[in-house]
Amino acid sequence: MLLVSLILFVLGIILFFVKRDLITMFMAVEVMLNAANLAFLTFARMHGDLGGQLIVFFVITVAAAEAAVGLAIILLVFRRTKSIKTDELRSMKG
Amino acid sequence: MNTVLFFILSTVAVGGVLGALFFSNQAYTALFLVLTMAALAGLYGLLGAPFIAVVQVIIYAGAIMVLFIFVIMMVRLGKGIPPAKKRWTVALSAVLGPALGLEIYLALAGALSTPRHSTPGEAFGEAEAIGRLLLTDGLYAFELTSVLLLAALVGALVLAKKPEKQ
Amino acid sequence: MTGLMTFIPFAPAASALLLILFGRRYSRRAVSLQACLAVLASFLLSFISFLGLTRLGPGSGPLIKNLFPWVQSGAFQSSFALRFDSLTAVMTLVVTGVGFLIHLYSVGYMSRDKSYARYFAHLNLFTFAMLLLVMSSNLVLMFVGWEGVGLCSYLLIGFWFEKPSASRAGQKAFVVNRVGDSAFIIGILFMLFYAGNTDFLMIDKAVLGGSLTPGVITAIALLLFAGACGKSAQIPLYVWLPDAMEGPTPVSALIHAATMVTAGVYMVCRLSVLYSASETALQVVGWVGGLTALLAATMALVQTDIKKVLAYSTISQIGYMFIGCGAGAYAAGIFHLFTHAFFKSLLFLAVGSVIHALSGEQDMRNMGGLRTHLPRTYPAFLVGALAIAGVPFLSGFFSKDAILSRAFAQGQYAVWALGLGTAVLTAFYIFRLLFLTFFGSERLTPKAKAHLHESPAIMTAPLIILAAMAIFAGYIGLPSVFGHNLNVFSNFLGPAVMTGRESAEALGTEWLLLLVSVAAALGGLGLAYLLYRRKTGLPAALVRRFPRLYALVHHNYYVDEVYGAILVNPLLKGSEAVYTGFDLKVIDGAVNGSAAATSFLAKILSRGQTGLLKDYALVILAGLVIILGFLLW
Repeated sequence: MLLVSLILFVLGIILFFVKRDLITMFMAVEVMLNAANLAFLTFARMHGDLGGQLIVFFVITVAAAEAAVGLAIILLVFRRTKSIKTDELRSMKG
Repeated sequence: MNTVLFFILSTVAVGGVLGALFFSNQAYTALFLVLTMAALAGLYGLLGAPFIAVVQVIIYAGAIMVLFIFVIMMVRLGKGIPPAKKRWTVALSAVLGPALGLEIYLALAGALSTPRHSTPGEAFGEAEAIGRLLLTDGLYAFELTSVLLLAALVGALVLAKKPEKQ
Repeated sequence: MTGLMTFIPFAPAASALLLILFGRRYSRRAVSLQACLAVLASFLLSFISFLGLTRLGPGSGPLIKNLFPWVQSGAFQSSFALRFDSLTAVMTLVVTGVGFLIHLYSVGYMSRDKSYARYFAHLNLFTFAMLLLVMSSNLVLMFVGWEGVGLCSYLLIGFWFEKPSASRAGQKAFVVNRVGDSAFIIGILFMLFYAGNTDFLMIDKAVLGGSLTPGVITAIALLLFAGACGKSAQIPLYVWLPDAMEGPTPVSALIHAATMVTAGVYMVCRLSVLYSASETALQVVGWVGGLTALLAATMALVQTDIKKVLAYSTISQIGYMFIGCGAGAYAAGIFHLFTHAFFKSLLFLAVGSVIHALSGEQDMRNMGGLRTHLPRTYPAFLVGALAIAGVPFLSGFFSKDAILSRAFAQGQYAVWALGLGTAVLTAFYIFRLLFLTFFGSERLTPKAKAHLHESPAIMTAPLIILAAMAIFAGYIGLPSVFGHNLNVFSNFLGPAVMTGRESAEALGTEWLLLLVSVAAALGGLGLAYLLYRRKTGLPAALVRRFPRLYALVHHNYYVDEVYGAILVNPLLKGSEAVYTGFDLKVIDGAVNGSAAATSFLAKILSRGQTGLLKDYALVILAGLVIILGFLLW
């Protein structure tokens, strides 16, 4: 089970670097978060500790909030630069 | 029975991500990931966390991914964009990613072999049990998260508002 | 009373400090009041201490006041301790008394100068340093005062520092002094090494007790004397004094006539026990003094700048003081210091009055006939001239005679002859100055003539007081020809300085020597009268007759040029070479180089800041991998 979690996590990383638009990259981050959740639950089950599930609960909640705000930011970026291709978003240069 | 389910669901989950990797159409990517989320929910159930599984379906697969699709549609990009041009970045990440994975594996190797402490009881992942925990040990986090949600709500609203006409 | 004496140096010190810090906020009147009162206070305290000392009688030892232990480093101890004995009394009275008069004079002389407060700050500071020098109880503290007066000399010579010649003169004074001071320091170190202490009482004990070998004593004495040559402008370190005339005239009067330059003489007398124990050292002192006296007097003969005549005269007169010390007649040396303080500062201040009256003219060729225009300055100057020439019944006569007769009595005939020759020349050059300035035809420039006026009372009053002292101060040191034990001065100093080998001189010889001295003085005076009042064409004719000789003396025997070629220029060239070769290339190179390297490095590294999100993420990932890798190992 944990192996699955690990594989999903690594795949998420690769997904992040492969894609070129912000939105998909953001989705990759969500993938990674889910992989972590899976790991948490596995451990919770292994040790009989309900705390793990509790953490996952909060992670999902916070992920939701984060997705909302993050997407709002992406929208703003798009409105300003008319592009979400990360190759072209260089304003952090220097 | 459980083992079979486990394998099926795992394959679907991984396959979902792989599919997302392959296609360049954003909408396709999103849908594939929905698939992954759903499979994960099943896995959660197998792990004795039914409540969380349901929450996953409702919130993650249902709300978050839908949100993604909304935004994709708002940012009309047509056919989608091909994967990254700078090959070496991708290649490097293909190396580094698994490397990290290996390291994590090695780090957790010890933890993996720890036997279970106890067979969890029936009411392990039930809603009631989690709820109880939420309102006792996790009370502080619970309240804070509520505030966070409120902040995110307001924040997203303010940020995404259409600019006012002067 | 020991408590009182502590305040003697600190009154001017406090005033100096206040003036340095807040000088700009003072009004001129406030500056004058504070500065002069501070010195006056010191004078009164000195006088009270002096009276107290006389009441204690000659038998008691010196009064010591240990203020605080200052240096305590293993075996080397030096405390901040003041000492008051008869020698100190004489010195403090001279320094504060003459100092006070000069402060008063300065109020008038510097009244229109823009840096009024700074002047008095420096003057007060000098007074403090000088007092510290004469009141200290050990060599190390004395050296502090020694350096302090050197510093103030530099500051005051270069007072008008915007004038490059003044600035250079200040530097020259300081550097030449430094040469002497380095010898002085080595002397102190020797003293510490061999005697373990620099306290004067301990030194005397060590010398008398025989714990120092003769060689060491001579070495220390000569090293310290080398320092004295620098400070007191003797051969070979006298070259700074004529240049020092760039400073304001009151400064020349105080520092370069009455006090600082006599510090060397004071030092030798303070260590009279040490010097008397080394015949070699005494010989050296005497000869250096004699040669300097004569040489300087020859140079004074041909000067055209009125202040330079007095400068060379000072060098010459200090030579006299060292003649006295060299003959073991320390009291006589101090006596001459005492009288010289009065008549030399009198001469300088009178000359200052002349310069002031002529709106800054200093060249004697542009003077003449001023006797009628300066009715108060002229008599004062006359008194001073008579005194320095050694005309009988004025103070200079008594002190000079004391020295010469003692030298003769010691069998130092050659030195005595040097002194006698100098006496003739002294009378000559001083009256040459007098005749050229105050008599004869008026050769004034129009500018000078326009503002010709006698100086204000605040400047002439000190002149009158000094003149009185120049006349009467000699009577406390009457030689034995007039009766036994009339030399009050010498008796007073008895406990403080060695009185040397007393050789009974026949009364007849004494009278003879006296008459010879008088003859010398009157002879010089007469010669000057002849050349500058009667046959006034003669000087020029003599110059034409002996052009090369005249050029030699006029250029001060080219000593400055020689020093320049041997020492100064090579040093300057060497410094420049080091500067361009090393300082600019290596040191600046290293500093600039490291800056250049850093910016180069930065340029390379900044290429990593692409601004692309993914690149940054990649770096994070890579970092994670590496760190985890480390941790797992």
